[in-house]
Amino acid sequence: MSIFSGLGALGRGLFSDNKGPWGQAPGGGSGDGDPPEPPGGPGPWGDTPKRRRRTEPLGGSNISSLDDWIARSKQRLGGGAGGGLPTRPSGSMIRWAALAIVLLWLVTTASHLIAPGERGVVTQFGRYNRTLESGFSLTLPWPIERVQKVDVENIREINLGSASEETLMLTGDQNIIDIAYQVRWNISDPELFLFELAQPEETIKQVAESAMRQVVANVSLQGAMGAQRGIIEGRVAEEMQQTLNAYRAGVDIQGVAIRQADPPAAVNDAFKEVTAAQQEAESYVNQANAYALQLRQKAQGEAGAFDRIYIQYKAAPGVTKRRMYYETMERVLQGVDKTILEAPGVNSYLPLNELKRPAPKGTP
Amino acid sequence: MTGFIRRHPLMAGGLALFLLFVLMSTFTIVPETRQGIVVRFGKPVRIINPYKAGQPFGSPGAGIAWRIPFAENIVWLDKRVRDIDMERQQVLSTDQLRLEVDAFARYRIVNPSRMYIAARTEERVESALRPILGSQLRNELGKRPFASLLSPEREGVMENIQNGLNRVARQYGVEVIDVRIKKADLPDGTPLQSAYTRMTTARQQEARSIRAEGLKRAAIIRADADAEAAQTYAAAFGKDPDFYEFYRAMQSYQTTFLGDGNGKPAPTTVILSPQNDYLKEFSGR
Repeated sequence: MSIFSGLGALGRGLFSDNKGPWGQAPGGGSGDGDPPEPPGGPGPWGDTPKRRRRTEPLGGSNISSLDDWIARSKQRLGGGAGGGLPTRPSGSMIRWAALAIVLLWLVTTASHLIAPGERGVVTQFGRYNRTLESGFSLTLPWPIERVQKVDVENIREINLGSASEETLMLTGDQNIIDIAYQVRWNISDPELFLFELAQPEETIKQVAESAMRQVVANVSLQGAMGAQRGIIEGRVAEEMQQTLNAYRAGVDIQGVAIRQADPPAAVNDAFKEVTAAQQEAESYVNQANAYALQLRQKAQGEAGAFDRIYIQYKAAPGVTKRRMYYETMERVLQGVDKTILEAPGVNSYLPLNELKRPAPKGTP
Repeated sequence: MTGFIRRHPLMAGGLALFLLFVLMSTFTIVPETRQGIVVRFGKPVRIINPYKAGQPFGSPGAGIAWRIPFAENIVWLDKRVRDIDMERQQVLSTDQLRLEVDAFARYRIVNPSRMYIAARTEERVESALRPILGSQLRNELGKRPFASLLSPEREGVMENIQNGLNRVARQYGVEVIDVRIKKADLPDGTPLQSAYTRMTTARQQEARSIRAEGLKRAAIIRADADAEAAQTYAAAFGKDPDFYEFYRAMQSYQTTFLGDGNGKPAPTTVILSPQNDYLKEFSGR
């Protein structure tokens, strides 16, 4: 713990202003044998300006302050060779600078602001010590304790497969599917995440690929493309979680989402043909339905008409029948060429070609 | 002491630096993620922070460790789970079908001194185990028909591969904790093309059967409608077949000679005999 004693000495030196830290009290608890202290230091800093001012009137001499100081330094140190070289005010400046550096060191390495959703993993000389919750906390300064901040709330995403490039996978029925998916995960245990796996993100990616391949190899192509997507997503997430737990990865799989599950481009046309065939089949059925509807209506209409007339016919069969007969005959014979052959034994020559002519022709 | 420093500041500084150097080379910070082998003149003498299964973090092991300066040297090895990523391998199934397999294994150094003697670095362990993983994979998968290669997890194949790999891994002081198949694809070229062809023809077959199914359904719908219409007609007309005969004849004459409203019928010439029922009043009886 040499750092500590050094720190203490520095602090004492800084705050005991009127003592002249290393100059006045030889071996006075402060810097005894501490290796990092600059060896040439104590000599020139033997006195502070304040102290000198106080001593000047006491001494009552009229020699210049510099001479006075050199003389006294020599007296005290007994041949301090380098005495008098540095300028005097720098002593206090260096102290303040040192104080500032120490403060900066403490502020930056001993106090930690852990953001919400983060945890701080504290290691003491490399050994795991504790985990800090979010908020402000203090630790021992840097070389002793070190804090690694880990964001545990943030949900990270790994995208596997892309729309531009085919990621082919074999399905259970030995078909090939082009699949793209996303894995969302976060860190559940920051210590495990930091210390257990050499490449956590790469591991998660590989585990995802392996789990997806495994699950897709157990479903059919049709299932993977449509109905069973949700089941696949759930099973991949579960499989990944199991594997990562076995690795003690400290990772929670939040979910797997299949973004795309299509047949490969090479066979896409054939799949479109199936869709087209479905449409076609649907249109056959629609046409048949239209026909059926029409036919039914027609049958009902005709049957209804017959029923209505039949009621009238029943009321007066003979008359109705004759009336219908004559009305129909009128309508029929009105618009047609008529030829009446009178004599029973007469076979007249029928000019069939001429009959077709519109001009009426016939015997009176 | 202070007196000495004052008298010989340069010497004291040099001494201090030397002490600092000795201190720094004696004590080392051991992080949780590493284990170290203390090697004295090339011979491993003890292990710092070795992996023990189930040991929680923060246990003694990691922290500050010491060594004899200048004489001992620390070789660091990873304590974490590491990855061996295999190159793609072609596997031939028992039914002579090819599959391209990409696998990875996870391992951990469990016996650092053996590992140090056998391989020195993690990279060399990995390059030694990689071909063995490949051959284990080929051996195990090559014993099976193609259909079961697609999901080897179900049949304990992965466990066999892991055990086989572990037999070799133990000689390197490492333990394989998992072997997984990342990808299993058909090789490019003929196998892939024939799979595509199979998929295409299967889809075409499906398309045809869907069309035929559509036609079948359409025919049934039409027939049902015909039957229903016939039933409707029969129910209505069956009440009086004679009258229907007459009624339908009248309708038929009209349609035949005058048309059903959908276009003019061909010109018709009717030759009537006076005996015709219609003309019976003609003779003036």
